[in-house]
Amino acid sequence: MAANNDTIGKTLTVTILLCVICSVVVSAAAVLLKPQQVSNKELDRKSNILAAAGISDPSQSVDELFSQITTKVVDLETGKFTDTVDPATYDANKAAKDPAQSVKLDRGVDIASIKRQAKYMPVYLVQSGDQIEKIILPVHGYGLWSTLYGFLALEGDLNTVVGLGFYSHAETPGLGGEVDNPAWKALWPGKKVYDEGSMDPKLHLIKGSVDPSSPKAVHEVDGLSGATLTSKGVTNLVQFWLGENGYAPFLANLKAGEA
Amino acid sequence: MSATKQVLTKPIFANNPIALQILGICSALAVTSNLNTALVMALAVTVVTAFSNFFVSLVRNQIPGNIRIICQMTIIASLVIVVDQFLKAYAYEISKQLSVFVGLIITNCIVMGRAEAFAMKNPPVISFLDGIGNGLGYGAVLMFVGFIRELFGAGSLFGIEILAQVKDGGWYQANGLLLLPPSAFFIIGMFIWIIRSWKKDQVEEPEYVLAPNSKKEAV
Repeated sequence: MAANNDTIGKTLTVTILLCVICSVVVSAAAVLLKPQQVSNKELDRKSNILAAAGISDPSQSVDELFSQITTKVVDLETGKFTDTVDPATYDANKAAKDPAQSVKLDRGVDIASIKRQAKYMPVYLVQSGDQIEKIILPVHGYGLWSTLYGFLALEGDLNTVVGLGFYSHAETPGLGGEVDNPAWKALWPGKKVYDEGSMDPKLHLIKGSVDPSSPKAVHEVDGLSGATLTSKGVTNLVQFWLGENGYAPFLANLKAGEA
Repeated sequence: MSATKQVLTKPIFANNPIALQILGICSALAVTSNLNTALVMALAVTVVTAFSNFFVSLVRNQIPGNIRIICQMTIIASLVIVVDQFLKAYAYEISKQLSVFVGLIITNCIVMGRAEAFAMKNPPVISFLDGIGNGLGYGAVLMFVGFIRELFGAGSLFGIEILAQVKDGGWYQANGLLLLPPSAFFIIGMFIWIIRSWKKDQVEEPEYVLAPNSKKEAV
């Protein structure tokens, strides 16, 4: 511990050695653990999709369950399936940040406050034969503090909700965070998105509880108590993604058998 | 009590990094809303403190005095990245909940404080134990705060329901404030209060004493 540690030569040697050793350790950890991390992420995404679609079977692994789901990519502008990008590797959240792969949304139409929207979105289909049983659509939008990312699953009639689940958000625990509450999520199945013959999304959250005798009850879900802004955010993101800038053109094509 | 044992156990109550040294408060607020994240965070900090103390102490006679903080920082940052990568690979769910706070262990004053105050002056093995001791001290506070916050804020412990909540058809109306970060301030404050009532020597001398009025008030 002498002063000679402070010579320029010694300082440089120690710094360089230390940096080299540390960078080797860090790179080794990153490279060696990468495959495990990628498979974790993939598993997480798959189990979220399955949860939204209400598919669960404890006797089967996530991968086995997921094998009944077909992933396809939709061009939102034309509303048709596209082969431009590979569904297996396409990352819509990344694409939404890339100016080449996304479009900037005007304030007027951007009700979900997502600013940029990817041109292509993946959709997940549960099919039996040629018949679509369920379709799972990725959705996201801004709540109170954070962007909520989730999946909305519809029945084969492309109108009835199977389930809605968020896999990433940072809303207030106990208030907006109740979007994760199973009791609240159980309110979604059976709700209808559109009116007969229209492609204008009607589904929304209301303040308080839904009156089951009301004729509009089929388009209404209970708001989250104490979380007005998160509830508004959920309404906005559902209406945006099922509206004309979201999946509505695609769903219309799919119904007509032209997707 | 042997010196080794003392190094290991003293930071838990007698010289607790949060309660007495008032270090590392930030993450103690953020990760204690449930016990799972609190436990993993405590383990991560213990591992990082122990190993950073060990490696810093190993090279303490080579580190040039002028750049010692940067050298310590490099070692700490590397260890934190390794821990973060391990969590992402083997405890993905938890690492998602801890999100950025694992990376922020780098800036946790406990790690840096122990490297500078202890490891630079002591041999590797005892430094390693000092790191574990301080990690345990940090962990003790985290578990205490996490216990209160999860039990009374969400009615559960380690995610297992203890008090059935009203919204799930039970009787317990959860206290939502406890799930928000500010509540940890109150709980840490109470923890410090309890410790100082028990160990009176931790109470600090008041730095300033109000002088008595020099003039009688008119009214």
